[in-house]
Amino acid sequence: MSNIHVTTTVNGDVMEFLCEPDESLMDALRDRLSLTGVKEGCGSGDCGACSVTVDGRLVCSCLVLAAEAEGCKITTVEGLAKGDKLHPLQQKFLEHAALQCGICTPGFLVASKALLDRNPNPTEHEIRYWLAGNLCRCTGYDKIVRAVVDAAAELRRTA
Amino acid sequence: MQDTAPKPATTPTRITGGVGDPSPHDSAHKHVAGTAIYTDDIPEPPGTLHIALGLSTRAHAEVLALDFSQVHAASGVVAVFTAADIPGRNDVSPIGKSDDPVFATGLVEHYGQSLFAVAATSMLAARRAARLADVIYKDKPAILTVDEAMDAKSFLSDPYTFGIGDPDAALAAAPHRLKGRVRMGGQEHFYLEGQVALAIPGEDGDVTVHSSTQHPTEIQHSVAHVLGLPFNAVTVEVRRMGGGFGGKETQGNLPAAVAALVAAKTGRPAKLRYDRDDDFEVTGKRHDFRIDYDVGFDAGGRILGITFEQAARCGMSFDLSMAICDRAMFHADNCYFLPNVRITSYRCKTNTVSNTAFRGFGGPQGMAGIERVMEAIAAKLGKDPLAVRRANFYAAKGKSAGSGRSLTPYHMEIEDCIIGELTDELVRTSGYEKRRAGIRAWNAKSPILKRGISLTPVKFGISFTNTLMNQAGALLHLYTDGSLHLNHGGTEMGQGLFQKVAQVVAEEFQCDLSNVKITATRTDKVPNTSPTAASSGSDLNGMAAREAARTIKMRLAEMLAVEAGTDVEAVRFIPGRIIAGRRTFTLPEAAALAHARRISLSSTGYYATPKIHWDRASGKGRPFFYFAYGAAVTESAIDTLTGENRMLRVDILHDAGRSLNPAIDLGQIEGGFIQGAGWLTTEELVWDGKGRLSTHAPSTYKIPACSDRPPVMNMSLWHGENSEDTIYRSKAVGEPPLMLGISALLALSDAVASVGGYAGDAALDAPATPERVLMAVQALKTRVAAG
Ligand code: FES
Ligand code: FES
Repeated sequence: MSNIHVTTTVNGDVMEFLCEPDESLMDALRDRLSLTGVKEGCGSGDCGACSVTVDGRLVCSCLVLAAEAEGCKITTVEGLAKGDKLHPLQQKFLEHAALQCGICTPGFLVASKALLDRNPNPTEHEIRYWLAGNLCRCTGYDKIVRAVVDAAAELRRTA
Repeated sequence: MQDTAPKPATTPTRITGGVGDPSPHDSAHKHVAGTAIYTDDIPEPPGTLHIALGLSTRAHAEVLALDFSQVHAASGVVAVFTAADIPGRNDVSPIGKSDDPVFATGLVEHYGQSLFAVAATSMLAARRAARLADVIYKDKPAILTVDEAMDAKSFLSDPYTFGIGDPDAALAAAPHRLKGRVRMGGQEHFYLEGQVALAIPGEDGDVTVHSSTQHPTEIQHSVAHVLGLPFNAVTVEVRRMGGGFGGKETQGNLPAAVAALVAAKTGRPAKLRYDRDDDFEVTGKRHDFRIDYDVGFDAGGRILGITFEQAARCGMSFDLSMAICDRAMFHADNCYFLPNVRITSYRCKTNTVSNTAFRGFGGPQGMAGIERVMEAIAAKLGKDPLAVRRANFYAAKGKSAGSGRSLTPYHMEIEDCIIGELTDELVRTSGYEKRRAGIRAWNAKSPILKRGISLTPVKFGISFTNTLMNQAGALLHLYTDGSLHLNHGGTEMGQGLFQKVAQVVAEEFQCDLSNVKITATRTDKVPNTSPTAASSGSDLNGMAAREAARTIKMRLAEMLAVEAGTDVEAVRFIPGRIIAGRRTFTLPEAAALAHARRISLSSTGYYATPKIHWDRASGKGRPFFYFAYGAAVTESAIDTLTGENRMLRVDILHDAGRSLNPAIDLGQIEGGFIQGAGWLTTEELVWDGKGRLSTHAPSTYKIPACSDRPPVMNMSLWHGENSEDTIYRSKAVGEPPLMLGISALLALSDAVASVGGYAGDAALDAPATPERVLMAVQALKTRVAAG
């Protein structure tokens, strides 16, 4: 099988890579572009650890082929902060101690950002159900939900 | 020199991040940025080979032939390894039993057992090729379940018993008597980061292994045994894990040993990372238990005599099952004084994966057993289960001497029991009594939806029951610029251990936490370590680090006393400064001065837990240094037509002693509760008739999700300190909160019982999935209809 050449915009930068036809976007981001903030929890679309947005749409990158990313705009957790300045979601996850081992955290942040982008004022209930596709084995989700509520309020204040 | 600097009235500042400060996890800023490096994120050295295991597809069979011709022919394959390629011992048993082969030879004893390894140029190529081997089996009869093993008397070892008093006589004489059987399922760890190891060959046959492990020393030993090397040729490093929960205490041995074997044989770096489905099949889980009880009690619900027969599914090998089953026995009493008791434990050998450590280490199963007994007694007497629980509590702290109600079944006096007080406070803050009455009134008017509530207590023994494991080492360097470099034998799996230990060092030096560099656990820095397990991480490593800090502080104090012409006692470490007589030094000044005076600025520290001893033969001793306590109230609702259910509210009060870091401790409590609730409600392991795990991915195995989190979750820390001299009087907090989840099961039980007008015990087995809830509802309805 010959490799496929892909050009995408990742976190604002135009990037090119070669990938196998059956390679997942998750593997390409991790192995070809060294964006290891994208995590693999299951490889089957059930845990959300590999969450990224493709043209603004939240996806499990383990279920997307790398070749499908041609011409798309991809955002990973590495693209949330502006230089040294953390995104309010990142800041609130820190403040609320909304993480333990931290390996689910990138996925939660990307998924939460996708929620707030479309709904800046979600109810707690909406947050809980939106994030139901992201598994965390360490926390009880309590602080994660609080952090998202708080970050949403902060973003509305500063918007 | 004074150890804890009394702060003069004029002290202007306090250090940031000292003991008791709720500082975030040490890596939190990296977690949120996606820059925290886990083992699989380490940049692969050029030429790295990827490995996949070839797994047995039989539960119990002779292996007649292995043909790898198609494997070799597959694209990307570099080599195939079997037992014949192992230069040392073909075993990774954590206790040297030679019953956990790296690669099975001749006989496979569970579905998913490792038979061979394929090394290839990519992970996918290795995984695909591993499926292509042609294996010829000759099936043997398989024993899969606890019931089958009990019938066949298939045990790893002889049954083990301990107890006190004369339970048979007490049972015979008791005014009330009940017998019952409790079943509870196992649990998959589902650490979000699966098992992974990267081995890098070095000079002279040495090897360095990056492993996601709670027990680097055991990885070192396993690798050395398999490769036939001395321990000093193997170095193991782990910076962090993406969750462990006990599942990385021994289960990392196999992938590390295989990665090291491939590295040694090929001279190339080699990585083995299970994909999630393999991880489910290859690694051990929490033991499922069947517990039979026979209890005699008085009209007040007080237990007079009781026997337990605990049968655990251990799987095909020992692993840690002996100690786990012992701990289940140690927790068969939970918070309750049992004047006449006999606990018998059966360690069932089955043709399933060898079960292993999982947060609580058997304790949760033992505890769930007696909590069900409490429910049964209450149902029989028509009492609130809480009243029965209170009637049986051990004598309170300060009142135990002469009470006659403080001796455990293993002959240890309980002197620190605070469960009565703690329960009283939780009853108050949660409004338990009023809510319970309200729920009963609500249920009377709600024909389909029913609610339930339960308060359950926890008493958990802290220490490894294998006394020799209760030791730890640390290594601390003070550099001449005043910065500190900290290392210890504990591992970081998300529980915040590194931060807590660093806080201890900051507190000792009265410097900011940011001045203490946290470093990866390595077997070449601190040797011969115990696993980070049994909740012992901060107790042991915190103490060892404090010892190291105090050694360096004493050297500085002696030097500064000479420098300032004062006594060593007059040297004090206060926030940001060291005062020696009339002179003041900063830490960098003191460090540079010590270097100039040729005084060592590096020290090890060592700690061994005092007071503990355990004699297994006589069933007597003090296996635990102290106990951690807690209690939870869960309110849940069920739909009696579908069995669907959910938690509505949880109130928790938990004892972490004087907390080293309340933010981290509350995180452990929240996570522990949810994990325990998951074990007993949604998480169901199903094996098919051939011994194959059917629920081998998150698509079918359901851990709690964000939407399962109860809408109301109130958590607080108990305000007392540890009465034993632990690190700053804190208490271990890793495992105990898991057992708070028992209240989630019993709240469902209470809701089910409403269907029968509370006339009997719902006897809901775990996990209480919707199917089981529905079946229990149906059974009660049938019972009621039959009168
Ligand atoms: S790794 Fe993609 S959803 Fe789990
Ligand atoms: S913090 Fe470990 S999985 Fe979420």
